[in-house]
Amino acid sequence: MSNPSALLEEIAETALAPGRILGGGAARNEDLPAWFREQQSAAWTEFQTLPMPALKDQAWRFSNVQALDLAPYTLPVSLSDRAERDLLERSTELSEIAGRLVFADDHFLERDVLSEKLRAAGVIFQPLERAMIEHEDLFRRHFMTQPATLGSAKFAALHQALVRSGTFLYVPRGIEVELPLETFHWLHSENVAIFPHTLLVAEEFSKVTLVEHFRSADRSRAGFSCGVNDLVVGPGAKVNYVCTQDWSDRALGIQINATTVARDASAFNLYLNLGGKFSRLESLSRLIGEGGRSDMLAVSVGDGAQEFDARTLQDHACAHTYSDLLFKNALYDRARTTFGGLIRVEPHAHFTDAYQKVRNLLLSDDAEANSMPGLEILADNVKCSHGATSGQLDEEQMFYLLARGISAAVARELLVGGFLTEVLERLPAPALIVRLEELIADKFARRSR
Amino acid sequence: MAHSGLSFESDMQELIIQDLHVSIADQEIIRGLSLSVPRGEVHAIMGPNGSGKSTLAKVLAGHPDYIVTAGSVTMDGENILELEPDERARRGLFLAFQYPSEIPGVTIANFLRAAVQSRMPEGEELEATDYYAQLYKKMDLLEMDRSFTSRSVNEGFSGGEKKRNEILQMALLEPKYAVLDETDSGLDIDALKVVSKGVNSLRGPDLGVLLITHYQRLLNYIVPDRVHVMVRGRIEMSGGKDLALQLEEKGYDWVKDDIDEPTLA
Ligand SMILES: Nc1ncnc2c1ncn2[C@@H]1O[C@H](COP(=O)(O)OP(=O)(O)O)[C@@H](O)[C@H]1O
Ligand SMILES: [Mg+2]
Repeated sequence: MSNPSALLEEIAETALAPGRILGGGAARNEDLPAWFREQQSAAWTEFQTLPMPALKDQAWRFSNVQALDLAPYTLPVSLSDRAERDLLERSTELSEIAGRLVFADDHFLERDVLSEKLRAAGVIFQPLERAMIEHEDLFRRHFMTQPATLGSAKFAALHQALVRSGTFLYVPRGIEVELPLETFHWLHSENVAIFPHTLLVAEEFSKVTLVEHFRSADRSRAGFSCGVNDLVVGPGAKVNYVCTQDWSDRALGIQINATTVARDASAFNLYLNLGGKFSRLESLSRLIGEGGRSDMLAVSVGDGAQEFDARTLQDHACAHTYSDLLFKNALYDRARTTFGGLIRVEPHAHFTDAYQKVRNLLLSDDAEANSMPGLEILADNVKCSHGATSGQLDEEQMFYLLARGISAAVARELLVGGFLTEVLERLPAPALIVRLEELIADKFARRSR
Repeated sequence: MAHSGLSFESDMQELIIQDLHVSIADQEIIRGLSLSVPRGEVHAIMGPNGSGKSTLAKVLAGHPDYIVTAGSVTMDGENILELEPDERARRGLFLAFQYPSEIPGVTIANFLRAAVQSRMPEGEELEATDYYAQLYKKMDLLEMDRSFTSRSVNEGFSGGEKKRNEILQMALLEPKYAVLDETDSGLDIDALKVVSKGVNSLRGPDLGVLLITHYQRLLNYIVPDRVHVMVRGRIEMSGGKDLALQLEEKGYDWVKDDIDEPTLA
């Protein structure tokens, strides 16, 4: 199907399950280039062809596939000026940044401009719809080139079919961006579906930190986010990527990540999961050059009936590569987590170090953690370890804090915070760690109200 | 006792343990123990290993594993056995643990701040500069390095550092009654001197101290007003500070032999 307007018609007719997701999207992408819309059309066909995930699929074991009913969701319509102003005002997490992009219901609201110096150096930090026009070759070379192999191929197709905005970040060879860049994606209207996209390309010996915030404008509203973030880390480059997810507790979130790490490069990913009714993270790190290193970190704090579902792959495609995964979950009430993670050391990827550690802190008898760690080693001289454990708060530690006059509620917060600190501390950015701790403290405060 | 006959008001300024019985896992560890520590005094409890000293200390602080089957404990006239551990602490009871817990990821600074904050009225926020000024003053007293505050509570601390940390907390929280459980064990002579100096500097009319120790050595540095000997869950002998020297000389068997205890065959 090459006629782009036909895509829209077809979408309007065929629709998702009962199809309201597409209800408002008629004129959605008419302003985007034809080649892009053709890709969207093909992705739409693929989305329709692929089956919905089922519990019997290994990649969805223990997951809550019922949560994936897309029937309630609709495509965004435009926001009122007031809503835009309100969200812009709320879009500050870090005080010192090199730039900021803000999106609400997939509309690009604003950019805090990159410094002249960075722009002159060739750094690009733009909304997707601009980048695909102004930097078409560069954009097309990297856009949606990583297949989603961890269970959500269907959602990756849906994302590509309906993506309309997002972040393109490009850092040229040898450029070091000292301050972090920041983005916000807001779910605003009730039952809106958004498709946040992030494409980060760090060229040889460059250095950059990107911090993304996923938020709901109103904590009582439902919504659906189906996002993709692809990180391409060139030889010797250093990328820190942090995503703080704090959707409303009625939101459904699916996030698909692929990180490609070249020779002597280093990628640091940290996902802080606080919100969402059901949120799934699929994270793939592919180590394709000697000396490459990937650190995969996640902290999840769940309560009520929240579910966090994480599937990871540490794919060592080259010798002398290193990966280290550390996920920690603190679960209150009836919160659930599922972790399915594989370390794969491909043939010839000798002298690989790969580690994977999952720790669950169960703060209630009804909380549940399922872990499925896995190893697939096809090379020699490999150092690997993996393990997942679940435990409760240590009673002697608790008593020690109580014996100092600290109330049980505050003592619990301190201990849970302490448990999570090991993950946050790995992040090579102290100012960011403080901010992440504050977000966790906000969640505690919300709980105690 | 030396204090019978004091006025009603000062009678109230006492930690009074009466006929206390404590069990764990159906085993009675404290078997009818009575003891009074008035504020302003330091009482030492000495006793062989396993006699129940730490059990007593933890029961006073409210450890949930121990079951009080009989007896009472009052602090300035208030029955504390009904109170949660954190309430007892906020009322002015302090326990320096024999084996302080290690708490990874929680810094000394945050931990102590929470402890100080817990003593403030609802809604009132601790002023950070005042807090640090106070904290540093106490740390200087105990010859502790400032960098200490950013370390995780007791994690990777040497024995001496742990004990110093306990006394630091005591100095900062200014309790009415402090139970120090073997605060001397594992200390070399220099550390012992520093810790003793810390405790001595806190002595005064407003503080009662129950100093639990296995060895007489500590009592050369922190000179007690009274010495009690605890054997098998009871105070079997009480006396002045010289009792400690006598014990050192004759050993605990001397006390045990003195006890007219029916032995179970
Ligand atoms: N948590 C516990 N579970 C079972 N037995 C205990 C526990 N704590 C103490 N005990 C027993 O109580 C007795 C007294 O121990 P403790 O109070 O530690 O003595 P001390 O401090 O005088 O050396 C010992 O026989 C010890 O084994
Ligand atoms: Mg003991």
